[in-house]
Amino acid sequence: MAERDGCALVTGSARGIGAASAIALADDGWPVAVNYRSDAEGAEAIVEQIREGGGRATAVAGDISSEDGVESVFEAAEAVLGTVLVLVNNAGVRADGLAPQLDGDAWSSVIDTNLSAPFHTTRRALRPMLRARFGRIINVASIVGMRANAGQSNYAASKAGLIGMTKTVAVEVARRGITVNAVAPGLVETKLTEGIGDGNGNALADAIPARRPGTAEEVAACVRFLASEQASYVTGSVLTVDGGLSA
Amino acid sequence: MPTQVSDESVEKVIFNGLEEVGAEGEITRDATFESLDVDSLDLVELAQIVEDEFGVELDGDSVKDVKTVGDVIDLVVARGS
Repeated sequence: MAERDGCALVTGSARGIGAASAIALADDGWPVAVNYRSDAEGAEAIVEQIREGGGRATAVAGDISSEDGVESVFEAAEAVLGTVLVLVNNAGVRADGLAPQLDGDAWSSVIDTNLSAPFHTTRRALRPMLRARFGRIINVASIVGMRANAGQSNYAASKAGLIGMTKTVAVEVARRGITVNAVAPGLVETKLTEGIGDGNGNALADAIPARRPGTAEEVAACVRFLASEQASYVTGSVLTVDGGLSA
Repeated sequence: MPTQVSDESVEKVIFNGLEEVGAEGEITRDATFESLDVDSLDLVELAQIVEDEFGVELDGDSVKDVKTVGDVIDLVVARGS
């Protein structure tokens, strides 16, 4: 696979869906900036895996929940790999609890990381993408942004907001060759979903028609497609990856 | 290093920038963005071109009331001087 101009930046890609997406994009020829907040060891392992496969990658530390953090992550990625032409907004957190018991910090921390951060990264990424007349933004949402899941009002609100932002920004920039899409995973086996469906009142796992959770690689394959030239006419869409759960 | 801001240098960059974003019709200082079929997204891109060239930031509030090409040139010269 010929290497491309510019690079892909995947937020929160030291593990899980982000890591699988970073590897999938590298397989597709993208130099990849592997962003992480605290798991330097995990990020370096992903970078090493990409390099062993013949790709280029660099680990970029930074907390994208602040605007300053976003700027420093982009500057670090651009310094090594060039303009960010593919942005995968993957970093996400959970802080579950029934709404009456959910405190303000649990609300705002989830909204900050899952919704405000993708806005800041998107805004930062779009300007060079506009000039390049090319860009791919893929937001990792969740089916919880489209259907109820008790105990996740904050997470659901953040993901519903992310889907709304995806559609709106897609329309704003479509005529510049920039696509903005979301993937909406169902239950996927990652560290983020540990504890879901294990008898804590969450019925997701039992309701999956495929009778199994998804894998990070299955979500990453969709991210890879949405980042490709072949997906140039797909924008403002939400691709569910849920084993039929929301069908 | 950003380019030195002067009336001439800004005019040149803005005229070239307008061509880059696909402005239609004759680009003059008196031309309105409406007459050039330049919309809000084009203005965002023009602001990026100006920032890259001169290091002068044009935020959304500052460009929302501009009507003509000359208005933007004057704004950039004023901010960059």
